[in-house]
Amino acid sequence: MNKTSNPQDLAQIAKRVRREIVSMITAAKSGHPGGSLSATEILVTLYFDVMKHDPANPHWADRDRFILGKGHACPVLYSVMAECGYTPLDKLNTFRQLGSIYQGHPDVRFIPALEASTGSLGEGLSLGLGMACAARLNGSPSRAFVVLGDGEIQEGQIWEAAMFGAFHKLDNCVCIVDYNKIQLDGFTKDIMDVEPLADKWRAFGWHTIEVDGHSIEALQAAFAEAAATKGKPTVLIAHTIKGKGVSFMENNPKFHGTAPTAAECEQALKELA
Amino acid sequence: MVANKFELKPGGATREAFGKTLVELGRESKDVVVCDADLSKSTYTHLFAKEFPERFFSCGIAESNMVAIGAGLASAGKTAFVSSFSAFVLNKGFEQLRVTAAYPNVPLKVVGTHSGISIGEDGPSQMSIEDISLACSLPGFSVFSPADEVSMAAIMRLATAHPGPVFIRAGRAKTLVVYGPDQQFEIGKAIELVTGTDVVLIAHGLMVAESLKAVDLLAAEGISAGVVDMHTIKPIDREAIIRAAQVGAIVVSEEHLVDCGLGVRVAQVLSETKPCIVEYVGVQNTYAESGTPDAILDKYGLRAANVADAAKRAIARKRG
Repeated sequence: MNKTSNPQDLAQIAKRVRREIVSMITAAKSGHPGGSLSATEILVTLYFDVMKHDPANPHWADRDRFILGKGHACPVLYSVMAECGYTPLDKLNTFRQLGSIYQGHPDVRFIPALEASTGSLGEGLSLGLGMACAARLNGSPSRAFVVLGDGEIQEGQIWEAAMFGAFHKLDNCVCIVDYNKIQLDGFTKDIMDVEPLADKWRAFGWHTIEVDGHSIEALQAAFAEAAATKGKPTVLIAHTIKGKGVSFMENNPKFHGTAPTAAECEQALKELA
Repeated sequence: MVANKFELKPGGATREAFGKTLVELGRESKDVVVCDADLSKSTYTHLFAKEFPERFFSCGIAESNMVAIGAGLASAGKTAFVSSFSAFVLNKGFEQLRVTAAYPNVPLKVVGTHSGISIGEDGPSQMSIEDISLACSLPGFSVFSPADEVSMAAIMRLATAHPGPVFIRAGRAKTLVVYGPDQQFEIGKAIELVTGTDVVLIAHGLMVAESLKAVDLLAAEGISAGVVDMHTIKPIDREAIIRAAQVGAIVVSEEHLVDCGLGVRVAQVLSETKPCIVEYVGVQNTYAESGTPDAILDKYGLRAANVADAAKRAIARKRG
């Protein structure tokens, strides 16, 4: 794979990834486009610039670990991993079909290069922190990156994990909250408001950075700040737009978990051309 | 008299043997790590914490997080133990055991202490009478219930070397020593402690010693009873169960709800292979209460006399 720090190049990759997300969910006739599109720049920046990893050697001991806590957004992860060369690009449209490695939620039994099977919300941060503990014991430079949904952090385990991460000073763990303000049943503020979000993480002892989750330059700067922050873990509160890049999906709760029709897919791909 | 063969001398609690063995394992491998949820003095993991503070992860009173932290450590190659009272680690951590350990087949080592009702005074909120059922419902998990400190130490070593996730059940109360120090154990291989011709008593945990005592009670009435220690509940030793069924009457005894423990698993094997009369000794469809461990075990019918009574019922049914 060709890694790059060039924001324009990363933006091009992000555009491809968005097209693949829309196509695979359309082909599957089910899936979660909104939260996949909102997290696209985050994952592209991590996989193509920030993280140390090697698709040719997926179990390299000192690799950085990535965990998608919000496992339902796996189309973005599958697309990015395929773009990196971990898995076949030409099979993305088998998403959710019997026998596909691209399962409905990430499943290590089908893709061994995944770090975790997720889908039941609230557990990814604990896993990432456990991996960060192991890296520290091993004297390894490996870091853990965990992407959480904003609805996901309503789960109590997230805050158990937040306490744990700060208490054990796990500065080799970086959490990213994809704060797109929408969950399955509607707007997060109407279902269970998570505000004041930055204050909550600061109160739990995390170095907290608020960032535009669609600005690759801003994400790069935030990840650099996280790497330089010692003695405490860092959380990026990434302000994003659910369904970003497709006009009729943006900020539309309907597209949390609804596949586009063929006509909608055509329209979306035109917008993402 | 069987009791002469099995001295059943007072020994330590299986939780204590767990904590001591954990220290030995920690000395043997720097990859052994332990997670605790503010009960290390009760689970005896404080012994490990004292010797290996850098490998001991205090999680606070947050069992769900603890299980997934342990799964993260195990995913990254550590031999990770998570431990708390069985009632807490299994019930509060069940979802995490399912999704972060069982489903991805992460070799997490889970040890639940204070199992059963013999914890006594603390009462039902702390008692674990459904842990075997929960642990057995996790695909890929191996499930153990050692009878004494010797078997706990041996099973700890087998479980540590085992490549999959495990649950080991430990008790608070001191146990009677069933085994000599040279006893060999094997995962999934029950130990036939006594052979009998009228009835076979299958048990796990502290009910193994009670079943051995029941052999003498039955012998005094001219009844020949065998005893099988089913220390591995999953994978279950089908052959040992089929052999037991040859006498035509079985009693399964356990410090667990009878509706969902070893007994129903034995019955499943028998229904598939060699149908046999079975009587069950265990906690009925209820929660226990506070009291001394002895008083609780008496009241809820987990004594040698209860096992002997069940054996006589089974034999009477066999004779029609």
